[in-house]
Amino acid sequence: MIGIENYLAVGAALFVIGIFGIFLNRKNVIIILMSIELMLLSVNINLVAFSAFAGDLVGQVFTIFVLTVAAAEAAIGLAILVVFFRNRGTIDVEDVNVMKG
Amino acid sequence: MKREPTGQPQLLIYRRDLGSENKMGVADIAFYIFAICAVTGGLFTVVAKNPVHSVLWLILAFLSSAGLFVLLGAEFVAMLLVIVYVGAVAVLFMFVVMMIDVDFAELRGQMAKYMPIAGLIGVVLLLELAMVFGVWEVSEGAEAARAAVAPDAGQVHNTAALGQLIYDQYIYLFQAAGLILLVAMIGAIVLTLRHRTGVKRQNVMAQMHRDPAKSLEVIDVKPGQGL
Repeated sequence: MIGIENYLAVGAALFVIGIFGIFLNRKNVIIILMSIELMLLSVNINLVAFSAFAGDLVGQVFTIFVLTVAAAEAAIGLAILVVFFRNRGTIDVEDVNVMKG
Repeated sequence: MKREPTGQPQLLIYRRDLGSENKMGVADIAFYIFAICAVTGGLFTVVAKNPVHSVLWLILAFLSSAGLFVLLGAEFVAMLLVIVYVGAVAVLFMFVVMMIDVDFAELRGQMAKYMPIAGLIGVVLLLELAMVFGVWEVSEGAEAARAAVAPDAGQVHNTAALGQLIYDQYIYLFQAAGLILLVAMIGAIVLTLRHRTGVKRQNVMAQMHRDPAKSLEVIDVKPGQGL
């Protein structure tokens, strides 16, 4: 029988994979953005699992808002990436030092 | 609008039976297939050599998660995941991966260098989550604390129930979400728009405000002299 623990385990595994991907691909911004999407997906799985098992619809409403923000974040992030590549000719994170921060 | 659940007042939390009690039902097998596909897709997204393959693995993870949502009875969110993530975000990633001309093999070269620290952090985080898994329990007042009790799935469809909730209680948040999307759209356009020099464009206002009296000039050319 599938309980809530199974869904939470999938969510936890995806979240850890997302963090693992961020540390593994220190140079490639595109993969880092994809890892962030994976982490947001795992959060959504958690929210929907609790929503379904607790019988509370607010979790699914919140999932919709997380989805919206994730889509906006991907659009803005990729736009910044394209502009950065146009100016510098690379997407290496270590070369992001224009502002000397 | 709150709708009390019908049937006996059992504790819904932690006890809802989505599969069969004893033997593995179709829903259980589907869960394991979707879960394995989601985790495999996520893992290969971050370790794949080719970024195009990464995007394809990401799409697999999204589709499998949509399957998991369907198993949980959240059909609307599942379809939203397919439309928004697979149809828009993944395609956007694919466009960018194919548009920019980067030597990805060079970026991949130092992956082995970061493998130990990444693996360490991953294992530590996994252990922490496993420890949380071992001790958590549902609060006694959890059932009473529900903000919007889900109606019986046989009476009201998931999409209709969500619509009643979003357009009624959460209308301001819904409008704010639309505003976020608008700002993101304008921001992405402003960031990537560039005016190239030396490109001829049509200036409609200048064309409309042309005066025939100024633009036409009649020259009386005398024969044999030319201009």
